[in-house]
Amino acid sequence: MKYDLGPLGAAHKIRHADPHGVYVTKFKDAEHLIRLAAVVLLGFLLLLVLRSQYIPKSFGEFGFYRGAALAEISSKPINYAGHQACEVCHSEVLEIKKAGKHAGVNCEACHGPLAKHADDPSAETLKLPDTAVLCARCHEANLAKPKTFPQVVSADHSGGQVCKTCHLPHSPLLQPAPVLQSGGKK
Amino acid sequence: MTTRRHFLLLLPAAALSWEYLMAGTPEAAPNFSENEHWWGMLLDIDKCIGCGNCVRACSTENQVPEGYFRTWVERYHIEDWQQETPQVDSPDGGKNGFPPSTAVGGKNFFVPKLCNHCVDSPCTQVCPVGATFHTKDGVVLVDEKYCLGCRYCIQACPYGCRFLHPTKKTAEKCSLCYHRITKGLTTACAENCPTGARQLADLKNPADPIHEYLKTHSVQVLKPHLATGAKMFYHDLDGSVR
Repeated sequence: MKYDLGPLGAAHKIRHADPHGVYVTKFKDAEHLIRLAAVVLLGFLLLLVLRSQYIPKSFGEFGFYRGAALAEISSKPINYAGHQACEVCHSEVLEIKKAGKHAGVNCEACHGPLAKHADDPSAETLKLPDTAVLCARCHEANLAKPKTFPQVVSADHSGGQVCKTCHLPHSPLLQPAPVLQSGGKK
Repeated sequence: MTTRRHFLLLLPAAALSWEYLMAGTPEAAPNFSENEHWWGMLLDIDKCIGCGNCVRACSTENQVPEGYFRTWVERYHIEDWQQETPQVDSPDGGKNGFPPSTAVGGKNFFVPKLCNHCVDSPCTQVCPVGATFHTKDGVVLVDEKYCLGCRYCIQACPYGCRFLHPTKKTAEKCSLCYHRITKGLTTACAENCPTGARQLADLKNPADPIHEYLKTHSVQVLKPHLATGAKMFYHDLDGSVR
């Protein structure tokens, strides 16, 4: 027994007689649905594969970010060794400095970044800074500087002489000793 | 017609995909030493002399491109009662110090600025891909390999602390010298501040002098009304500073 269901009848339930003459209910052209399911499944699998390819493996390790970034950022090289590194070898400077007004000024604040020198003293040697420029950066008078901070108008104060003629940079209230005036130890 | 056999043929592909997926699954977080720290900074307006040492040190330490700043210093001038309209200048970020003030009288002071490493940072909240994030020790970092350069975070930061790197085209900001503080050093700016106006603070370390300081001094964070949870504590901060 068959019905003419027209072009839209493909997915409708149709009763067929099985070989024993018993009527059963089944999908006609159920293959369409299975194909559709297969396409969806393949799409999902593709998504999983692409997702695993494009999202870094460490993403989500500690939060919504790439966990490996932490190690990458913290492993960047340093340029300023830190005053603790300087003081290991240059304890004689530390002795002068800590008794004076510049006790709180760290070495690299004036001498510049010297991490390479701290790793290997022969790799990089420090250049002595030009005190006329260096000292003025902090001590040139400016209205916005705290009133208690020692400030001078350098033109009036020194008459063109460089600061280290009269001031020992490591302890500015002291007169420079001849050995240090000539540039310290090489 | 799809048979059971066809379906079985799909199983190896499914298994392969599952393996790929599981490979991307995060491992359990190991017990990091970051748990033992909670970083912030103390900035003492009373001590800042506007020398620009911090700006230069930051530029050198972090290879900050010319004309951009991870930290900078501003000079404020307030004539009298004009709290809402202070005159602020910051020539080249204060990198080479400041020329003598042209103003006469009034209130004049320097304000060093940098990323506030906010607990509830607006920049992190808006990042669409997770390229900027909070570490467990309270530092906001940028993953430059993952950043798209969409600039959303730059707009979101209420403190103007971010910029787009001109050549890398990724967001940049102060990392609180994460590569230094994780090695037991202080930040480049604090290391090079001649007056101690900047001091790195570990708020989880009970021995850190910050605790005594915070108990005995009046401090303020920038834009407290935004409730960003800023961790840059300013001593003697004037109300005109934004």
